[in-house]
Amino acid sequence: MGTIQPTVAEPADELSLVHAAKAGDISAFEELVKRYDRNVFRIAQHITQNREDAEDVVQDAFLKAYQNLKNFQEQSKFYTWLVRIAVNEALMRLRRRRPERMVSLDEDIKTEEDSMPREVADWSPNPEQLYSQGELKEILGKTIQGLPPSFRTVFVLRDVEGLSTEETADALDLSVPAVKSRLLRARLQLRERLNKYFKNRTGGDGKK
Amino acid sequence: MTCSDFLKELTDYLDDSMDAQTRAELEDHLQWCHNCYVVCNTTKMTIEIYRDSHLYDLPDDLRSRLRTAIVAKCQGSPCAEEAPARKKSARTE
Repeated sequence: MGTIQPTVAEPADELSLVHAAKAGDISAFEELVKRYDRNVFRIAQHITQNREDAEDVVQDAFLKAYQNLKNFQEQSKFYTWLVRIAVNEALMRLRRRRPERMVSLDEDIKTEEDSMPREVADWSPNPEQLYSQGELKEILGKTIQGLPPSFRTVFVLRDVEGLSTEETADALDLSVPAVKSRLLRARLQLRERLNKYFKNRTGGDGKK
Repeated sequence: MTCSDFLKELTDYLDDSMDAQTRAELEDHLQWCHNCYVVCNTTKMTIEIYRDSHLYDLPDDLRSRLRTAIVAKCQGSPCAEEAPARKKSARTE
């Protein structure tokens, strides 16, 4: 069975853009915005689950990055540093919207049992083709929304955005084992929840 | 190897970050354990479906609106390397 390999390439000229932006060159910074605005928006929307908040996070994260570029030590990739800022902004928005619940990346919810597979069923060979694009997005959005914020944040950085485990740990200020533990549970919980939509119905009970 | 052992290693297996011997043990388990095979396969599909889903894509019109707003805010804000100097002089005055 094949494995999943994320691919994130850092353009060679990125550091020169960062240096120019540090010196106050707005067009160089705009180029960095162009490179990463889609990623930041996706991350923000995954965390906040709210379109307006995600728009605000994109603006605030880039502004903060610009204002704090001098503090970027260049020991990590610019993108990892930017992600760290964006995640913090997104979590702040989420906390504001849901003050009744503590939202923290440190939360370690329940035990391993919450992720133990309960239903084991083969899926259709191309499950995404069972639904229209719109239906599929709704299913995926609804499903990931049910995960605790700390799980979906790790999942989106690692599996959707393709950061390495180490980069994800760095961006979230978590240890590598903590990232791996959350990632496993996020993946298994999503899998479990998607079962009802994607399981192979040809030889099964045919229930929706 | 038990199914529970297998599950613990699933993330490293899917990310191909393990030594050859552990990998061989996991693949041996997959040969005969249908449940773990299905869990492994459907977890891999889960990741791929989300990765390819274009969920939360940024529409072009919103993208250009956001970029304009970001650039305007940055222009009105202390530039990256001027900021500390200003703060410093403000403190020493």
